Amino acid sequence: MQPKSPPNPIRRQLLTSITSLLGFVGVIFAAIPFLSAFKPSARAEAAGAPVKVNISKLSQGELMTVEWRGMPVFVYKVSNDAQNVLSSDKSKLADPNSDQQQQPQYAQNDTRSRKKGIAVVKGVCTHLGCAPKFYPEATSQDFDPNWQGGFFCPCHGSKFDLAGRVYANVPAPTNLEVPPHYFESDSTLVIGSDGAS
Amino acid sequence: MTTDTRTKRFLSWIDFRFPLTEVFERHLSKYPAPTNLNIWYLFGFLLIVVLAMQIVTGLWLMMNYTNSAEEAFSSVEYIMRDVEYGWLIRYMHAAGASAFFALIYLHMFRGMMYGSYQKPRELIWLGGWFTYLILMAEGFTGYVLPWGQMSFWAAQVIISLFSSIPVVGEDLATWIRGDYLVSGITLSRLFAFHVVLLPILLIAIVFFHILALHEIGSNNPDGIDVKKHLDEDGVPLDTKPFFPYDISHDIFALGVFLIIFCSVVFFFPTGGGYIIEYVNYEPANPLSTPAHIVPSWYYTPFYAMLRAVDFPLFGLTAKFLGFATMMAAVAIFAVLPWLDRSPVKSIKYKGILSKTFLGIFVLSFFALCYLGMVPPTETKTLLSKIFTLGYFSYFLLMPIYTRIEKCKPVPERVAEA
Repeated sequence: MQPKSPPNPIRRQLLTSITSLLGFVGVIFAAIPFLSAFKPSARAEAAGAPVKVNISKLSQGELMTVEWRGMPVFVYKVSNDAQNVLSSDKSKLADPNSDQQQQPQYAQNDTRSRKKGIAVVKGVCTHLGCAPKFYPEATSQDFDPNWQGGFFCPCHGSKFDLAGRVYANVPAPTNLEVPPHYFESDSTLVIGSDGAS
Repeated sequence: MTTDTRTKRFLSWIDFRFPLTEVFERHLSKYPAPTNLNIWYLFGFLLIVVLAMQIVTGLWLMMNYTNSAEEAFSSVEYIMRDVEYGWLIRYMHAAGASAFFALIYLHMFRGMMYGSYQKPRELIWLGGWFTYLILMAEGFTGYVLPWGQMSFWAAQVIISLFSSIPVVGEDLATWIRGDYLVSGITLSRLFAFHVVLLPILLIAIVFFHILALHEIGSNNPDGIDVKKHLDEDGVPLDTKPFFPYDISHDIFALGVFLIIFCSVVFFFPTGGGYIIEYVNYEPANPLSTPAHIVPSWYYTPFYAMLRAVDFPLFGLTAKFLGFATMMAAVAIFAVLPWLDRSPVKSIKYKGILSKTFLGIFVLSFFALCYLGMVPPTETKTLLSKIFTLGYFSYFLLMPIYTRIEKCKPVPERVAEA
């Protein structure tokens, strides 16, 4: 029989700590599948595939709402008058030059569009995700007597101009997002991809 | 052998194997309740009844409800129209949610008024606070299930709140939704939370809450420590057993509550839009937001705070600060036991400052409740800011005002109060 060694509290504490630590690491690894199952599933990702839109029938000043990844995307044909307003009247905007990365590089201009005259913005308010309403006419509105035309969010009163640029001093912090898009031809718009180029 | 002795023999057979009589006497029949309890002490019992009712009605609803984006709305209409008494069960469940919140607010106010959170009842208070948190989550997840317009957009707005958190926000919100926008995937997981996870937590915490209460004993409107004067059996002199004295009060209160509750369920089931909002009778449409969206009345004080914070500060966005303020308003209840430095418990013996600030709190709460329901205007946003300050002043200034004010002496015995 071996001689009984006196208990070593430091060694015991160390072993307890190491075992607990390992157990803790095990719990973290075991949690991974459960936490990952919360991520968008393959099907949800697939539903995020690009959509093709025929814009040949869109007339001046008309807005069409396209569903992409379950959310509304506004496609809007901007009239020449409105384009002039967008380039000149920037005093009330929070980010008139679209410095915040709310759009692909090719849409960082006054109309925030890839192709002049066609605006493509996500219809999801950057405040809390409501769908802003379209008020194209530059006429006095309940929410703004000097309305220049644009989008108004009914949930918390955020205002955006026709290019989706946010007004200063409204709850929404940033401009409406411009989704990646390209024009396959003059009449076909693809939303959800920057195109091969 | 008489029936009496047979029952006794059966009970002792059980008691030998399981502490049935002991538990029954300790938690129900012989639980010593202070003699000076008043009407404010009825809500705990009523909350238990409402919890039981929500579980039963919820179980029955679940039998006919479908948790998919395509069928959720029509399955609720099916329950309302085609299932026998389905309308009643659903209206009970919906009105039960409102009743649950009304009662828990009264119950919480009782605790604040009589200092029931003070030493040694901190854990009882924390348990209650946690129950309230879970109840809020339960209310929100349940609200989404009918998949009407309000359901959808409430889910969209509430989950988007998480996207305001710096750096990780957007990914976190997508992770919670399981999709890029609220969808059927989100609906299913909220359903799982609503019917499994949250009820289990709720029951567990309520159990903990009551166990902790029965260990320490109930506080009372005078904040007198009844355990200081015991009779020869060790029972506090200023108490009476729960059965039959307290339970008879509770049963009477239950009768009154049921009269009010049934009147609502039978005659005003939608509560004028406050229990079930009219916009929610339209199926969810992800492409169009209703013109005016408001949360249920029991969340509106916090919603008003969210809207009140419309300015960025210290490099944080207004959106995040609003969210943080709202969360803080709920979280701050948890530290209440450590904010109160008063030597006395009950508001009856506290000084004028405590009374004033509690008054400011109640006023702010009701004002914010209203302001959160109406569309914002400049004046109303300013008022929301003022009342948000009022709400927080009750908590944040408490360590100061409870220390400097002059309190009245607390009597030794209930009879002297």
